[in-house]
Amino acid sequence: MERIPILKMGEFLLVTIQVDMHDRLALTLQDDLTTMIVKSRAHGVLIDISALEVVDSFIGRMLGNIASMSRVLDAATVVVGMQPAVAITLVELGLSLTGVRTALNVEKGMDLLRGSLAPANGHARHQN
Amino acid sequence: MAMPVIKTERRPVRSGDDVVRVRQVVRLWAVDLGFGLVEQTKIVTASSEIARNTLEHGGGGEVTLDALSDNGRRGLRLIFEDKGPGIENVDQALKDGFTTGGGLGLGLGGARRLSSEFSSDSRPGEGTRITLTRWR
Repeated sequence: MERIPILKMGEFLLVTIQVDMHDRLALTLQDDLTTMIVKSRAHGVLIDISALEVVDSFIGRMLGNIASMSRVLDAATVVVGMQPAVAITLVELGLSLTGVRTALNVEKGMDLLRGSLAPANGHARHQN
Repeated sequence: MAMPVIKTERRPVRSGDDVVRVRQVVRLWAVDLGFGLVEQTKIVTASSEIARNTLEHGGGGEVTLDALSDNGRRGLRLIFEDKGPGIENVDQALKDGFTTGGGLGLGLGGARRLSSEFSSDSRPGEGTRITLTRWR
């Protein structure tokens, strides 16, 4: 079965969506990510959607679900690289991705995730 | 209102993969018609919403793509048809947040906002036809 790869980078998981996803693939990614968060004890998820030319309400909902689920599992989610045309369309569609943190690119997204781990944010952790 | 149709094509909307193919063919046609990137993205996104509706609510159907030309103005018309249960109350279905399928309920209303023209014709028990047009 077709799957979107999830890479582990230190404490974070990195997902780059490079295909036009059908709905089932989006749901599989949602399941795989939550499983991986628990298994790898990741504290952050970065989702790069810079290659996505369309984000409709289904994919928008998936991004929101991933953010909510990872929050419950003590991981932060950042969605990066949204194309401007996609952003304009999403807002007109009526989807504001409430609760999903975004950043312009992978680098800024990683900064956000690292920031969310900082003890100053009340997220003190034991390194082991 | 007869509109000069330059090109027409029918495509099935019977599976999740068909929904992806509809997005792709709508993108190609929008590019061909000279739509800008934002315009392309809007009509492709609208087509994705309605195709999913045709599949999930209507039990599958077809889409007809029409490239239009009206006094030098170019447009893309998409007609989605299914023979499903129909939409009981179209006004209600167009409201944001109304859903019978467990989604966000943005599909119909959102697609209408992304279109220049939008109309729906639905009879309970007979099916649904949704027509959306985006002009350049």
